[in-house]
Amino acid sequence: MGKWTRRAFITTGLLAGGTLVVGVAIRPGNRSAKVARLIADDGETVLSIWLKIGSDNVVTAIVPHAEMGQGAHTTLAMMLADEMDADWSQVRMMEAPAHKEYANYALARGYELGDMDFPAFLIDTIDGIFLTATKQMNLQITGGSTSVATTGMIGMRVAGAATKAILLEAAAATWQVPAHELHARNSHIFHDASHRSAPFSEFATAAADIDPPAKPQLKSENEYTIMGTSPQKLDIPAKVDGSAQFGIDTVLPGMKYAAVKASPVFGAVIKSIDQSSIEDLPGVRKVINLGDAAVVIADGYWQAQQALDRLKIEFTASGNEGIEQSTIFQQFSKAMDDATENKRNTIDFKIGNTETAMAESSHFVEAEYKVPYLAHATMEPMNCTAWMHDDQCELWLGTQNPLGFAAEVAAAIEIDQENVIVHNQYLGGGFGRRAFADYAIQAGRIAVQVPYPVKLIWSREEDMRHDHYRQANISRFKASLDSSGKPTAWVNQFVDKHDPIEAPYIPYGIENQLIHFADAETHVPWGFWRSVDHSLHAFFTESFADELAHAAGKDAYEFRRDLLANNLRFRDVLDLAAEKSAWYEPLPGNRGRGIAIHKSFGTIVAQVVEVEVNNGKVRAHRVTCVVDCGFAMHPDGLRAQMESGIIYGLTAALYSDISIHRGAVAQSNFHDYPMLRMDESPQIETYIINGGGRVGGGGEPGTPAIAPALTNAIFSATGQRIRELPIKHHDFNRGNPGAKDIA
Amino acid sequence: MMITLNINGETHAVDVDPATPLLWVIREQIGLVGTKYGCGIAQCGACTVHLNGAAIRSCVTPVQAADGQQITTIEGIRRNDGTLHPVQQAWIDEQIPQCGYCQSGQIMSATALLMENPSPSGEDIDRAMSGNVCRCGTYGRIRKGIERAAIVMAHEAVVEDTGNG
Repeated sequence: MGKWTRRAFITTGLLAGGTLVVGVAIRPGNRSAKVARLIADDGETVLSIWLKIGSDNVVTAIVPHAEMGQGAHTTLAMMLADEMDADWSQVRMMEAPAHKEYANYALARGYELGDMDFPAFLIDTIDGIFLTATKQMNLQITGGSTSVATTGMIGMRVAGAATKAILLEAAAATWQVPAHELHARNSHIFHDASHRSAPFSEFATAAADIDPPAKPQLKSENEYTIMGTSPQKLDIPAKVDGSAQFGIDTVLPGMKYAAVKASPVFGAVIKSIDQSSIEDLPGVRKVINLGDAAVVIADGYWQAQQALDRLKIEFTASGNEGIEQSTIFQQFSKAMDDATENKRNTIDFKIGNTETAMAESSHFVEAEYKVPYLAHATMEPMNCTAWMHDDQCELWLGTQNPLGFAAEVAAAIEIDQENVIVHNQYLGGGFGRRAFADYAIQAGRIAVQVPYPVKLIWSREEDMRHDHYRQANISRFKASLDSSGKPTAWVNQFVDKHDPIEAPYIPYGIENQLIHFADAETHVPWGFWRSVDHSLHAFFTESFADELAHAAGKDAYEFRRDLLANNLRFRDVLDLAAEKSAWYEPLPGNRGRGIAIHKSFGTIVAQVVEVEVNNGKVRAHRVTCVVDCGFAMHPDGLRAQMESGIIYGLTAALYSDISIHRGAVAQSNFHDYPMLRMDESPQIETYIINGGGRVGGGGEPGTPAIAPALTNAIFSATGQRIRELPIKHHDFNRGNPGAKDIA
Repeated sequence: MMITLNINGETHAVDVDPATPLLWVIREQIGLVGTKYGCGIAQCGACTVHLNGAAIRSCVTPVQAADGQQITTIEGIRRNDGTLHPVQQAWIDEQIPQCGYCQSGQIMSATALLMENPSPSGEDIDRAMSGNVCRCGTYGRIRKGIERAAIVMAHEAVVEDTGNG
């Protein structure tokens, strides 16, 4: 029996043609950090899951999550199908329509969702459940690695189990046999004693009249038949023949194309636009001043971009024009110094007494680390097609938050949210970027000025310079060790905390800890970036843990292991990583191994990197990854997410650097914001531990530990400690990379 | 200016500025949107198509340069009987795509490689594929996919040579 103590509501209904519909609404009563992002400010969020069983016995699940490569659609469908005992080959998946009150209002309006016409009696039932709760809901986010952990565990499985329960009850009534003599398998119900069997669909009508159980019995792990297996992902066939529709692929009758240029300096606005500079260019339809951005609409995108590049635009000064990356880091340092001097640090986490512990020690280690701003650089640049007609604004795009986008666009163009219709497409990468609605708002503001649909495409340069960036940061550490090399106090200070709150916390048994931060806001827009604060803090804490091991004269793995004596789940993950990476096997000169472990989104990941530093060039050859997310619903999908998170994190650690010059982002495209490519891609081996308990996320936890595992490996290979990312700024020719003592 | 393009075996006459990158003509005039825009400066490979069988970056190729030439896009690499190209099938078998946006370009680079070099070494694969960026980090699986497709295609070639299955 799975745990789900939150308030859940289950309703049923019957559609024309005998299609059974089951809806489950979950109101998370627990405002834990894991679900915080799913909860609107004042109200509660409903996760609404629907499934239908058609007369052809096909089960269709409708879920409020976007597919951006993380496999959410497939995995969520598996969780539902398993609880139902459905035939996996007869299960389909649809993304829920993006509409406020999607579960009721949209359906009552006869929202075009295939053949889904909901009868009036059902609307009443649904309204009773959903209306109040959904009023405040403008979030339908795919992010925070929550799809499986939240929607799947407390939505899909409940929906599946409840549906099976009423189908069994309906079959029992129809066949006049006790329900306990029946069982379900492959979308059929069986009565072995009388050798009867029939498809689910045969009982749909009868099932619709049965009250679903308030808390249906969920399967225990040994009863799973689909969960824990790795069926092929549902979205892949369309992604090998060019037929998958991304936002940028939208085509509408009479559509025009728009290119946009916002002020390079964040915060500046347009002073003037000289339209005469492009009037003669072919295909140009219109120039629009959005206040902070200039837009050219033309018959083709290339024409629009060419014209925009020639358009004379003058921006006002914002006061940010003098800001350089170096001044931002100076600002951080000063904020930290001032906060310490004036005792103004905000305490984030504290146990024991670090001052007392340090007073009793004579062995201290101190270090300061620095990370840059990072862009998401999704392969599909930001784009949105918008069409204003009949008092409605329709949007075609890829978004991680369809409902939130509808609300923001509605507010920007001053229409009711009900009149903004979001058609979510496949996302050509999300990583947090597509949770920010700026590109959709621009498209909406363009659409209200023209009578035709417009496809707005950001150039790669615009995408790079107007991202919402992973924060730059400085983190300072001081620790004390006792005479045996065991850490007695851990003090950490950094700037600007976002979320998740636990990102800077360590799993190690150190009795006295003080983690605090200073505020140092900049004019650079902040954004969720794959694993969010974990992406920087894992580098800080796992680098410093490595420095402590070195100072204590201990092996980096054993040092960590000793500090995890009361955290056995971490220790198991760490042990397997050491074993599978052959941690103690000697390596040739110029090579080294580094280890790091970090928990994020409920999932523990340890990684060992084997690196070679040769002629000044760093090359990660092999990554051993061990992951414990409780239970791997789709093991191959989890492995794919680890591989993905590792490459994403390696790219950032080695190369990525967004720097501010004269108030604007200096980088513009892949030539100056380079990516890891096939020829530098390491061999990755992923091992899964099903440690049990609450299921954690999969999309993000592969990223945080890889940077420190790599830099710790570089230290092992060269003796050079990397305290500032990216690695490309370091010169490995100055040291003596071959001098490592392997013994 | 009128330009004649032969795309996936079909002839199209388009009236466009001859400097327009082939990418935008394929996507907007011809309506084949499987070929993607990623960077516009031949840095990422999302726009890869075949020009007379060789992989090119259509985002920096003026349409004029393709006038009268044979162009193949992701929509045109299925077998004549409608089945998937062995590279496409390998992409499914190895479960390669994640977000999928770069994969048209990856597949076009991989098919061009295997046409030219039916049994590529690891270094050959690295060299042919390093112009294609994947932000989802599917490189390891792409390498396996190419190796798998190479084996399938070699087997097919043997079957064809011997005249029976």
